[in-house]
Amino acid sequence: MQKEILIAGFGGQGILFAGQVLAYAAMDAGKVVTWIPSYGPEMRGGTANCTVVIADEEIGSPWVLHPMAVIAMNLPSFNKYEPLVQPRGALVVNQNMVDRPARRTDLTTVFIPGNEIAEEIGDRRLLNMVMLGSLLAVFPVLRLDEVKAALQAHLPEKHKRLLAQNVAALERGYAQAAGITVP
Amino acid sequence: MVTPTTLVYSRPQAFTDSPTHYCPGCTHGVAHRLIAEVLEEMNLISRTIGVAPVGCAVFAYNYFDTDFVEAPHGRAPAMATGIKRVLPDRIVFTYQGDGDLASIGMGEIVHAAARGENITVIFINNANYGMTGGQMAPTTLPGMKTTSSPYGRDVETQGYPIRMAEMLATLDGVGYCVRRSLHDPKNIRLAKKAIRLAFETQLRGLGFSLVELLSTCPTNWGMSPVEALRFVEERMIPVFPLGDYKVAPGVAQITVRNT
Amino acid sequence: MPKELWKGNEAIAEAAVRAGLQAYFGYPITPQSEILEYLARRMPELGRAFVQAESELGAINMVYGAACTGARVMTSSSSPGISLMMEGISYIAGTEVPAVIVNVMRGGPGLGNIAPSQADYNQAVHGGGHGDYPRIVLAPASVQEAIDLTALAFDLAETYRMICMLILDGSLGQMMEPAEMPEMKPIVQREFDWAVTGAMNRPRRILSSIYIDPVAEEVVNFRLAKRWQEVQVREVRYKEYYLDDAEIVVVGFGTAGRIALSAVRAARAEGISVGLLRPVTVSPYPYSVIEELAKHVQGFLVTEMNMGQMFDDVRLAVQGRAPVEFYGRPGGVVPFPDEILAEIRRLASGQWSPDPDARLSWQKRMASVIQR
Repeated sequence: MQKEILIAGFGGQGILFAGQVLAYAAMDAGKVVTWIPSYGPEMRGGTANCTVVIADEEIGSPWVLHPMAVIAMNLPSFNKYEPLVQPRGALVVNQNMVDRPARRTDLTTVFIPGNEIAEEIGDRRLLNMVMLGSLLAVFPVLRLDEVKAALQAHLPEKHKRLLAQNVAALERGYAQAAGITVP
Repeated sequence: MVTPTTLVYSRPQAFTDSPTHYCPGCTHGVAHRLIAEVLEEMNLISRTIGVAPVGCAVFAYNYFDTDFVEAPHGRAPAMATGIKRVLPDRIVFTYQGDGDLASIGMGEIVHAAARGENITVIFINNANYGMTGGQMAPTTLPGMKTTSSPYGRDVETQGYPIRMAEMLATLDGVGYCVRRSLHDPKNIRLAKKAIRLAFETQLRGLGFSLVELLSTCPTNWGMSPVEALRFVEERMIPVFPLGDYKVAPGVAQITVRNT
Repeated sequence: MPKELWKGNEAIAEAAVRAGLQAYFGYPITPQSEILEYLARRMPELGRAFVQAESELGAINMVYGAACTGARVMTSSSSPGISLMMEGISYIAGTEVPAVIVNVMRGGPGLGNIAPSQADYNQAVHGGGHGDYPRIVLAPASVQEAIDLTALAFDLAETYRMICMLILDGSLGQMMEPAEMPEMKPIVQREFDWAVTGAMNRPRRILSSIYIDPVAEEVVNFRLAKRWQEVQVREVRYKEYYLDDAEIVVVGFGTAGRIALSAVRAARAEGISVGLLRPVTVSPYPYSVIEELAKHVQGFLVTEMNMGQMFDDVRLAVQGRAPVEFYGRPGGVVPFPDEILAEIRRLASGQWSPDPDARLSWQKRMASVIQR
């Protein structure tokens, strides 16, 4: 059984890194994993996405038409991927970048004020970790502590001073989503 | 009977026993001999790897008693780069004609020179494509008739000759870049000294070295060997002036005994 | 060695370094520039040769020169750049020196695009440079396989004095997967009896692809063919999935092969007896494996990211004993597993293509898809 997560948004929102953190965590947890980006000119200021597939056996396609979970960081991504999420799947939406409610009722959809939370923690670039934290609350493909450990283990040396902030962002995102969904 | 006191000519050690295939009166043989003498005098034969071109000198590897490779048309400087980068203590030289070096291989020669590849290039300029039957080359003189410029090279439609030595001398990676001629004994001696200096440049790691040699092609020019030599002196030198176009300070300090 | 998360392009570069790469020559082109960039940093660090050439033409001829010395040497490029290298590739083949070439394929023809594609299959496997020459072509489908096949490529190239090319598409070059790197092998200056290194204490050597006497060239052509027979006997590699009881066999290489794996699993979950054959060497091609399967399966479905190139090799192996269907996405478009699953379902329900060349039926079926 495999689980697929697609992360989409504008270039510069840390889409690819969020996927990599998830991929590292999956690898450290002993899983089989693929991470594949959209690449090319569209990465320069346009929309970007990456797909992470996590499984227990050899992974076939690194792409899926219908992912189980989607993080939509902006409106174009929300519009494009909401119809594609698998039935009963999870959708985490950056509330600060969309202006409409969910259309599907068969998904666990959470709206997270990602930009606000990131800025509260002190850096708008933490948006990706906030959203990833939220995803883990509604789509527990890995445990929060596994992802935190991966961040610690694989954050490039030159960014290590940002570790505490990144961990805080993951935790805040997780708590935000858990607060919405847990009765 | 030949005794040591009467010996005036012998094959350089750097030559094999193969007779060359060059046309009577062609100066390729002279250029080959000068290289062979220099390699022997510098004791470099066993360290040298030659790169043959496509053109009349395509079989150059048959005549030099050194390791040799044969490059695609114009690509000799790239092949030489590959060899020299993995075997930096070997002496690597290319031997190229004007079609090979100045036309199809323009990119390779310019960039090898710009990178300052520590290789030596012997450039034979005989103002036409010899091997394929005397077609117009980038070095063909204005007005000169060739099989592909039967009305004479018309600069309006066929452009002007390219002066490679002058052009390459502008590049910072070049240590030594000169033009010589093979049309008489005095100039042949000067050419040999230049070839020696070019290999000395490489031996000392002083950068890219090139000796352009004005040469004859009596067969395709439709001249006798003597007429061809005169053509070089009277017609080619005015277009391709002889001279030192770049001698880096380190190279200028090298003293070479006249031989 | 523990597993690390590697991007395909960088994994190939590091695997080459660990296999003892002595010199790399390349030119920037998307989507393989990470190989060039990685080695621009890594090779000088190890005191090894790295040159960014003036063109792919320059790069392949630097490879040619270095290969003549017996050094482990590699270049990499993407489709249009590989086309430019074809001159040198033919000369290297004609000179019988080993070289490793990586083609991270993109959509074409012409400038095309930078999206994942398998459109250079025929160029790599059947054509490319001029003259009769065989070459080994490896088609990795995962980052780990790319690492393993890069190391293998150097050994095969040297064993058979032949070009060994890796073909992958831009997506594998950009994809990250956990993978294990081999140990760093020390550089071994191999003493080949053909290498041109300077005639110290031995007779001089000449390396050339020129055989002006046609009879001598004919001898060379036969020698290359004989060596190729050995390669065909010893070096065929492929992976099988669910083939034991398969009635329908999907055949796909590289990324198309792994996408098909997802479709095959989904079809199995629906009770369809389908399996997958994924050629790892596309040259030599696993003809005999397909020939054997053709004796007892209902039919084949070839899936590629091109207009149906390997399709011809499958048909050659099947020799009309079973129908061979085609589904592809050319031009840089990547199929989703769902598309291949739909094809498997179609065949399982007995709807085989009416055209003798199933590519024609596929083109008709695609008409509605591509008219957007």
